[in-house]
Amino acid sequence: MTPDSILRFENVNLHFGDVPALVDVSFELKQGETRVVLGAAGSGKTTLLKCAIGLTRPDSGRILLFDREVTALKESQLFELRARVGVLFQEGGLFDSMTVAENVEYPLVNQAVHHAAIAHNGDLAERVREALRFVELEQTLDRFPSQLSGGMRRRVGIARAVVTEPALVLYDSPTAGLDPITANTIINLIIKERDLRNTAAIIVTYRYQDGHLVANFRYNPNSGHIEPAARIDDIPGGTPGGVEDPLKTEFLVMNEGRLVFEGSQEQLRASSDPYVRKFVK
Amino acid sequence: MAAVGEPALLDFLKTPVATFQDFVVLSGRAFGNIFRSPHYTDDIFLQMDVIGIGSLPIVMFIGLFSGLIMGLQSSRALATYGQQDQMGEILAFTLIRELGPVLVALLVAGRNASGIASEIGSMRVTEQIDAMRALGTDPIKKLVTPRLIATAVVLPLLTIIADFIGLLGGYFIAWSLFSMPASQYWTSVYQDLAFNDVVQGLVKPFAFAIIIALVGCFYGMRTTGGTQGVGRATTTAVVTSSMWIFVASYFIDLAILIFVNLR
Repeated sequence: MTPDSILRFENVNLHFGDVPALVDVSFELKQGETRVVLGAAGSGKTTLLKCAIGLTRPDSGRILLFDREVTALKESQLFELRARVGVLFQEGGLFDSMTVAENVEYPLVNQAVHHAAIAHNGDLAERVREALRFVELEQTLDRFPSQLSGGMRRRVGIARAVVTEPALVLYDSPTAGLDPITANTIINLIIKERDLRNTAAIIVTYRYQDGHLVANFRYNPNSGHIEPAARIDDIPGGTPGGVEDPLKTEFLVMNEGRLVFEGSQEQLRASSDPYVRKFVK
Repeated sequence: MAAVGEPALLDFLKTPVATFQDFVVLSGRAFGNIFRSPHYTDDIFLQMDVIGIGSLPIVMFIGLFSGLIMGLQSSRALATYGQQDQMGEILAFTLIRELGPVLVALLVAGRNASGIASEIGSMRVTEQIDAMRALGTDPIKKLVTPRLIATAVVLPLLTIIADFIGLLGGYFIAWSLFSMPASQYWTSVYQDLAFNDVVQGLVKPFAFAIIIALVGCFYGMRTTGGTQGVGRATTTAVVTSSMWIFVASYFIDLAILIFVNLR
């Protein structure tokens, strides 16, 4: 195992009754890398994420998260490990009995409970504010999730996922059910988070376009905008057509629990597999 | 052909046995968490408010009317034998031993086993339970244990209130039909109540509370299949907890008969 490994699946299998959810899935994610997982509904994408942090346990195979074997740990031991991972759930997964501020504060308070770290109230409030400023929803602090639109809930979900500055963020269908403009906003936030803090990420989606944006666009901290990444053919000596740092974003395609494709965007475009082709538009 | 018959029989038993096993595991963890930190004290008080204060009006209402009805019914029977002065005793026995605890428990099951199941069920289907686990909280500790403690504390209190108001209702009938003086009624209520009647009247709501909270949480936690699933979980929680309330009441009666009255 390489020292900078964040997450590693080794021959993971999981069945729900007779339905295969994961079939012999193996891959590795390293520091600062992004994986875009494409697949139809029910292909095992969400299960993959849930297995990664031990919410669902596989039937066989090993999963290593920050070099600890998730599959061998007890639920109580997993809490510490999960604190280093941010998760955005499909519909945001916000607690609807709590305000936006309480939701975003929740992981921070929780970590303070578990690690007995002395957390200043003022400090907490500032971090919550900062996380909400990041998703440009500072004005919604005291609102309840039910009072927000779908896109706003997703953004609060991102704020909650990143408030603890995790080393790995898992995004479960961040753009599902959103209009194209809001979907772009969400993807831009994901790019911004990745590039500002160099976090590793897994983005599960059925939209190829999401992956395309993540693979080819960068956050420019000077202008504060999302810009196309420099093509390597713009850089002297680069390979024509390639993107700067092309190995950082890779694509996985899932079909009925199997990983049917793993590789770069160029390889994805070049694939002749009819199922894979359906996702490339 | 036993080889063919046996697996079929086992399959038939598999689901209820597995369900019961899951229930026992959940109950064990819920009870175990009572003594393990972190404690979510705020959640306990919130649930006490929802379950206790929230149920108070309906519990008082039902208590009053069951006292009135019992008074009317017993008055006719007692008048036949000229035993009207026994009314306080009859009411005290029936209300405190059985009717009060069971009626209150059924009401709270209808109100709160359903409420708990639907709330936790909605959280389940909208991935809030998973989010909770992902953010490092044990949902059993945060959701189940506070509801268990809160119900176990408030249900005996609600029962005491319902019993008392029921006896007041009975007194109203005794006074209006037979002009019975207050001292006579309350003396007959008090005199014939043995210690074990009162114990029985408090052990029952405590046991029923555990049933209501755990069954509600159990079906909430198992919810699958979106909003439809939440509806199913709610119905199952009310039906199951109501059934178990009667079963538990029978066994508590039986235990008291064997261990207290027959000695």
